[in-house]
Amino acid sequence: MNNSMASLTELSLAAARDGLRKKKFSAVELAQAHIAAIEKARALNAFIVETPEKALAMARQSDTRIIAGEAGPLEGIPLGIKDLYCTEGVPTTAASRILEGFVPPYESSVTANLWRDGAVMLGKLNLDEFAMGSSNETSYFGPVISPWRRRGSASPIVPGGSSGGSAAAVAARLCYGATASDTGGSIRQPAAFTGTVGIKPTYGRCSRWGMVAFASSLDQAGPIARSVRDAAIMLRSMAGHDPKDTTSVDLPVPDFEAVVEHGVKGLKIGIPKEYRRDGMPAEIENLWAQGIAWMKDAGAAVVDISLPHTRYALPAYYIVAPAEASSNLARYDGVRYGLRVPGKDIVDMYENTRAAGFGKEVRRRILIGTYVLSAGYYDAYYVRAQKIRTLIKQDFEAAFADGIDAILTPATPSSAFGLGEKGSADPVEMYLNDIFTVTVNMAGLPGIAVPAGLSSDGLPLGLQVIGRAFDEETLFSVGYVIEQSAPPIPPPDNWWP
Amino acid sequence: MSVNQATVRRIAHLARIKVSDAEVPHLQSELNAILAFVEELSSVNVEGVQPMTSVQPMPMKKREDNVTDGGIPDAIVANAPASDDHYFIVPKVVE
Repeated sequence: MNNSMASLTELSLAAARDGLRKKKFSAVELAQAHIAAIEKARALNAFIVETPEKALAMARQSDTRIIAGEAGPLEGIPLGIKDLYCTEGVPTTAASRILEGFVPPYESSVTANLWRDGAVMLGKLNLDEFAMGSSNETSYFGPVISPWRRRGSASPIVPGGSSGGSAAAVAARLCYGATASDTGGSIRQPAAFTGTVGIKPTYGRCSRWGMVAFASSLDQAGPIARSVRDAAIMLRSMAGHDPKDTTSVDLPVPDFEAVVEHGVKGLKIGIPKEYRRDGMPAEIENLWAQGIAWMKDAGAAVVDISLPHTRYALPAYYIVAPAEASSNLARYDGVRYGLRVPGKDIVDMYENTRAAGFGKEVRRRILIGTYVLSAGYYDAYYVRAQKIRTLIKQDFEAAFADGIDAILTPATPSSAFGLGEKGSADPVEMYLNDIFTVTVNMAGLPGIAVPAGLSSDGLPLGLQVIGRAFDEETLFSVGYVIEQSAPPIPPPDNWWP
Repeated sequence: MSVNQATVRRIAHLARIKVSDAEVPHLQSELNAILAFVEELSSVNVEGVQPMTSVQPMPMKKREDNVTDGGIPDAIVANAPASDDHYFIVPKVVE
């Protein structure tokens, strides 16, 4: 790769967009620069499928539209797509063996929105199998390796999950932004682990149509990008009402980019005491205190608040999410698509197919979900968990009714960990990664993770901002203040080419 | 609450996932670890609380009862492991 091509991949999404419009470079040049970067970064295992020919064809069309003065909001911008989004004619696996070889004859609504606005697809990004995981180690196609390493160490670090391929690719300059999805923290935790920005919008802001379902009342699409502004630009294109998803909300999509620099003067930022957990590492505690100081310096009022049901969110999630997953994943039966393993009769065929097709974590969650929905346990587990969900939502509603505009918390309980370090003996150890993010999914609210510093061993740390339903604009404004206040976080050293 | 080995086998069959005898003890301990983790929910007072059934408070949208799609059998069976003449092929179900 020559220097000028390498420098193209260093641009922000916003700068690439502006440069294309001023014809400083072409969409084909941007696509070529990223294709070259992806080829050199296979050690990261961020992509399941690379689509260089498609990228170049789309880029040529973008160049034609730019010359004709018909550029869309994302015209010519190369993006990565989490392999949870169905893409017409391009294999879609959800990182599961059970979907190996599946080629959707249709396009997800969110990706269709991106192509409508001129974006260019570089390929399909690795993830935890069916988005179930917090480290990208459950993928059938192998783990994603973070571009980040601990200072002075060459041992591999996880990028977080489930959107680990998205986060790693964006952090490693393999794409300007990526689609991701968040059921319990799967956008915000990998963003925090890789020094990128990730926003889970309000439930209903983006269509779920054509996104492989995990837990339908929790799943929400969102972007991962390298700055708050870039995430705002991407979300505007991804979001919008879709008649094909009855839970998508018929509200206008604001120009999120326009509010990024609005500041926080006069806002009331809530600090929930229940997020201050025993055993919280000092560097997470310090990061949070630093974030509070930045808010005050920028003119916000900081108020202590209480969200009393916080501690129940993660256990309730591990009833609701597996229950919905066991129902959603019933469709993988070896009949209509994907893997089939023969058996002596149809039930034997189902059982063989699903035993071979699902990995250990997915199987675990289907079994838990089947159990909590089974006769005699439904009320004790599932209905009780949905009642607790109501209580969690009411906690947030009470805080917002008291005039709180946004809530500031750490994004994760620690920095990224090493490959194979967590969850091998006890699955719950891995689940605890989502302790600060999962409340937001349970309540259907928007949350953004923004890089705010580095750990003592040189890994990124992020802060989370939680907002009112459909008030992503405030999250972008608060996130931008964090981004501007934080010490600059240099990109990870390029060890992979 | 915890599950015994017979329950593990029963729910695996309900979920249509074959598990070998050798896998059952390990699955049992994993499932019990998760059930122990969610156990603290039983201490929460949920008296009079409505379960969440709609994440956003909005009426269910309904569309008109019209045919809006169809006529694409080739696309429907394109990914099937076994199909013939626009039918999915499965092992014999009725003796």
